Amino acid sequence: MLSPVHGKQKFYPMTVISANKLSLTFETNDGPVHALSEVDLDIKKGEFVSFIGPSGCGKTTFLRVIADLEKPTGGTISVNGMTPEEARMKRAYGYVFQAASLFPWRTIEKNISLPLEIMGYSRSEQAERVNRTLELVELSNFGKKYPWQLSGGMQQRASIARALAFDADLLLMDEPFGALDEIVRDHLNEQLIKLWKRTNKTICFVTHSIPEAVYLSTKIVVMSPRPGRVTDVIDSTLPNERPLEIRESAEFLKIAHRVREGLRAGHSYEE
Amino acid sequence: MLNSLSATGLLIDILGALLIALVVLNTASKSILRNSAAHMGYNYDHSISQITQRNDTILGICLIIVGFSLQFLEALGYVANFFSKTIFISTIVISASYFFLRHALAAYQINVLIPKHGSPKKPLGYPIVEQVFFSNGLRSNSGKTIPVLTVIAVIVAIWYACVVWMNAPFEYDKAERAKTDPPNFSQLISNTMAQERPVLPAAHQVFAEIWDTTVNKKITSKRSLIYHSWITLSATLLGFIIGTVLGILLAVGIVHNRAMDRSVMPWVIASQTIPILAVAPMIIVTLNAVGLTGLIPKALISTYLSFFPVVVGMVKGLRSPDNSQLDLLHTWYASKPQIFWKLRWPSSMPFLFTSLKVAVAISLVGAIVGELPTGAVAGLGARLLAGSYYGQTIQIWSALFMAAALAAVLVMIVGFAHSYVLKRMGQKVEIY
Repeated sequence: MLSPVHGKQKFYPMTVISANKLSLTFETNDGPVHALSEVDLDIKKGEFVSFIGPSGCGKTTFLRVIADLEKPTGGTISVNGMTPEEARMKRAYGYVFQAASLFPWRTIEKNISLPLEIMGYSRSEQAERVNRTLELVELSNFGKKYPWQLSGGMQQRASIARALAFDADLLLMDEPFGALDEIVRDHLNEQLIKLWKRTNKTICFVTHSIPEAVYLSTKIVVMSPRPGRVTDVIDSTLPNERPLEIRESAEFLKIAHRVREGLRAGHSYEE
Repeated sequence: MLNSLSATGLLIDILGALLIALVVLNTASKSILRNSAAHMGYNYDHSISQITQRNDTILGICLIIVGFSLQFLEALGYVANFFSKTIFISTIVISASYFFLRHALAAYQINVLIPKHGSPKKPLGYPIVEQVFFSNGLRSNSGKTIPVLTVIAVIVAIWYACVVWMNAPFEYDKAERAKTDPPNFSQLISNTMAQERPVLPAAHQVFAEIWDTTVNKKITSKRSLIYHSWITLSATLLGFIIGTVLGILLAVGIVHNRAMDRSVMPWVIASQTIPILAVAPMIIVTLNAVGLTGLIPKALISTYLSFFPVVVGMVKGLRSPDNSQLDLLHTWYASKPQIFWKLRWPSSMPFLFTSLKVAVAISLVGAIVGELPTGAVAGLGARLLAGSYYGQTIQIWSALFMAAALAAVLVMIVGFAHSYVLKRMGQKVEIY
């Protein structure tokens, strides 16, 4: 069912994700649900892309297609120039879920080394990488703790560390801060920006929050439901240096306004 | 064996019962106390009255236990009358002085200390006597101690009432046949508790029998209850181990193979709808025909019962990881064995141990049932059977109590293993 990649467009080394007329239809008892309909999108290396839209617009589904957790029913998609399945076999990406999904019987260290164990890294390499990523998310003193001993924000940081541990260039984040309160969320957003700049990774970030999307992204993909499709792609004009105060600037509000307009155009505010 | 009911023991029992009745009355009076304290403008510190009530209950239960143990010891002939009287008098003196001192001090606290210091946020401290007697030992788990002891005390009381009631007809019959006067009440009580083949044996008779057949007999003796328990226990453990392994293997198959899920699971459930009493003789006889006797057939009946909770629990346990955990492993391109050992197996541990607790108890039932149909010569089941053939009710009851104790110990061992494993897995556990 999955046609070979590339298609008509030529593959550029700078393009990490390339979707071409990508569609996904779920067959349900109430008839087909068009989760994704003819989505065209290119994501370049080093970009921070946010997907925003109401529930059912297919933003999570798109992320899951990239991760090979769902198979598309039409169109093509390539990840690092490969099919999503090949990319997954090469462990090309790290995935962060809304729930931290840490294994409760493993310490934070052990949780972070879990993907490394599975991928067959040596013990010394595991320890080295665990220490490095723990430092990256500022949890160095908490490696020996169990997940329940950490706050929700710290747990989510640990799950980001886990996704970073095996050095995939692509980070897929599905509403990672959705369940956290606003104060923690602000702090983590700031940290995430720093982390992104330090590691130069490509990040795909699904969110419900307009300020979060505008604050974090270099590119904002506005989506709308029934069928799930892209209504607007906004390249952020904000500078790379982003203190939290930037959210009160005119530039920021202008982009936020355009996102809101895009959502309205997609009938997202109906019902 | 028991000549007369220990009068002193009985008196101490009654004293304990009276004390508990007093506590019940006291609970009713508590609200009055609180109201009057509030009327006087003080915040009545209910913790004091709770403590006093709790300790009165403990005292009452202790008295009942002392009374029963006296009866028990006297029944065995270990206690001279003089000794028993000494214990009786000292018990009365100690509890009376404790009672008096404690209430005096509590009254002092309520009437003097609280008005002086105002209404305290914390209790003012326990009365001195209680600090000496019940400093921390009973307080830390008193939440369980009292209910458990109370239930035991109530059960024992009902038991003894039933002993008199159920064994009385025999005494009346006996008197009629001997053409003597029917026994008066106190004679009736002491006689009904000392019959050789009572309809319902008294607790102290049963425990005397257990004592006699465990401590006083060599382990190798055919009359030793320990010997019989070991015969049953060995079949139980073997059946439990086979059942656990079989249950886990079936569960792994069911979780990983759709065909097995569809085909095996209904049979697993159907297997338990057949009464074990119908299956057990067939297993024993069939295996006997192929030359298997003794331990193995009994163990297989245990297996038949014990694999079921393990299968059901483990299927649920192995399926308990949530989707995001499974998706994570999928994104890391983990192999099936990796998914099993890193996620499914650890996730299923709480389910496994909960099932094992049921399985180990039911294994014991299986082993005992396996001893019944063939007229086995050894084992707790054989003791039950022999006891019922010859009307040895005391023997039946002592075998029953031994089986219950065995089951309790086995379940507790599994429980300890449970908390140990979960603690090793870093989880907060509150099992016992």
